[in-house]
Amino acid sequence: MASKADIRAAAARYLDGFTAAGADIVEADILQPAEALLDLYGEDIRARAYVTQDPLRGEQMLRPDFTVPVVQMHMADGAAPARYTYMGEVFRRQETETGRPSEYMQVGYEVFDRDAPEAADAEVFALILNALAPLNVRAVTGDIGILKAAIAGLNTSDRRKAALSRHIWRPRRFRALLDRFGGRTEIPAARAALLTASDPMRTDVPLTGLRTRTQIAERISALQHEASQPPIPEGEMALIDTILELRETAPNVLIALRDIAVDLPELRPSVERMALRLDALAARGIDVDTLEFDAGYGRTALEYYDGFVFGFYAAKRPELPPVATGGRYDALTRVLGQGREIPAVGGVIRPGIALEIAP
Amino acid sequence: MTIKLGVPSKGRLMEKTFDWFGKRGIALRRTGSDREYAGAVSGIDGIELVLLSAGEVPRELAAGRIHLGVTGIDMVREKLATWEDRVSELAAMGFGHADLVIAVPGAWVDVDTLGDLDAVAAAFRRDHGFRLRIATKYHRLVREHLKEAGVADYQLVDSQGATEGTVANLTAEAVADITSTGETLRANHLRILSDGPILRSQATLFKSRAAAWSDENRMRLSNLVKKLGV
Repeated sequence: MASKADIRAAAARYLDGFTAAGADIVEADILQPAEALLDLYGEDIRARAYVTQDPLRGEQMLRPDFTVPVVQMHMADGAAPARYTYMGEVFRRQETETGRPSEYMQVGYEVFDRDAPEAADAEVFALILNALAPLNVRAVTGDIGILKAAIAGLNTSDRRKAALSRHIWRPRRFRALLDRFGGRTEIPAARAALLTASDPMRTDVPLTGLRTRTQIAERISALQHEASQPPIPEGEMALIDTILELRETAPNVLIALRDIAVDLPELRPSVERMALRLDALAARGIDVDTLEFDAGYGRTALEYYDGFVFGFYAAKRPELPPVATGGRYDALTRVLGQGREIPAVGGVIRPGIALEIAP
Repeated sequence: MTIKLGVPSKGRLMEKTFDWFGKRGIALRRTGSDREYAGAVSGIDGIELVLLSAGEVPRELAAGRIHLGVTGIDMVREKLATWEDRVSELAAMGFGHADLVIAVPGAWVDVDTLGDLDAVAAAFRRDHGFRLRIATKYHRLVREHLKEAGVADYQLVDSQGATEGTVANLTAEAVADITSTGETLRANHLRILSDGPILRSQATLFKSRAAAWSDENRMRLSNLVKKLGV
């Protein structure tokens, strides 16, 4: 295990590299207001972040990542194009005995750019790959945008598409919903009874709580409408299954996706974006022919990635956490931008892991 | 050093624990005045009674300050991360049965499962501008369960007592609480979701893995276990 001083020195070298690439150095508070993080990640973040109580400022969290504060700072400042780099500790609670540290150093690089998102994807990926060059690492890439586009292209109701999109990052619930909408699982008995009741709102129990009678009635009519919808065609279900199982070199995945796009034309723009990205990566000297692409990658990560995603893993030490991770988070800038938005992509290196696998 | 046995210091849990040991030939009793938390053990040697709150038993077991302790499974699993590494279950005692359940207003005729709750949480957040609130004191167990089930757009609000009243008081939309008969939930116009409890709990005799188990204490334990027939 490298000493803290060694890790800090390594972090500073990565930071220098990112500065040389044109990034401005930014800092973020270690104590972050919990509210914004909870709204973004949901209650699950409590299991992964340290929460503490401030008598005046309310619930605070020890910085679980830099992306959120950096995006907040950038959006408050006007959302102009920019490149940032930062280094510092992040804090992650471990609720099981993983042997992983609960406090570790990160060095990051974030690009806010409207003009050429695919070029920015390639820039971040190549910069991190080059920084890790002396190490024996394996890169995995993916693209959440492909799955999002596939959902949008399904021949089914907007409500179903919204339900599926909402659960892209929760694979089990996603699968349960998809199977229901595709007619692969039966409607639960209680739901069936509700749908056939002559007066579904009828109950002896007085209504308590904030949710109104109107809101209950709205959901019942939505459920009735849902029940009247034909299932998602088996052919389209099969396409989604195929996409989720795509795990090949990037060029082979591209060929497969172009085939799928013949039957699912809404997929085309995101497939062409992937092609542009591969060109941009090749232009930066990356061997895309051997680049690994996993269409399911990034679905269990923190929820804000919505396009290109990547991770670098120690080739000989699969038990270690990734040496670096990153991705595109356009929607996050919209959520935190209060009316403004700008496409953004970034990544972080963990110098502690990098030192552990250094030759 | 003797084996320290931690037992809830008052109420039905204490009485039933005393009965349970009594039936197996070990008499536990409180000594001194009504208000004094001191106890004595007879019928076996080398065991010392420690009276404490049922909620503190997990912590004391994990720290190894008591060797054995009686409390609910719910308490141990809520309060101890990686509980299997810290304690082991010696005997399920057959009383204090209770389920940790999620309950919603009974008039929510459209909500029967966690899947329904998740869909309602999404709509609730859109309509009300904040995440659907679930009142509980079992934060860890509830959060793990909902994560496993893929429920989103909810928040846990802390409620250390009278949890069933939070919905009518408009401080929560749903509750996650311990119930044995469900009567208090029903009286507060709440209904339990149909897809099963988060946890089935009962009073259990736990053994600490962290306590100092000298050879002498190991002998005493095997003697105790024989006598208890567990």
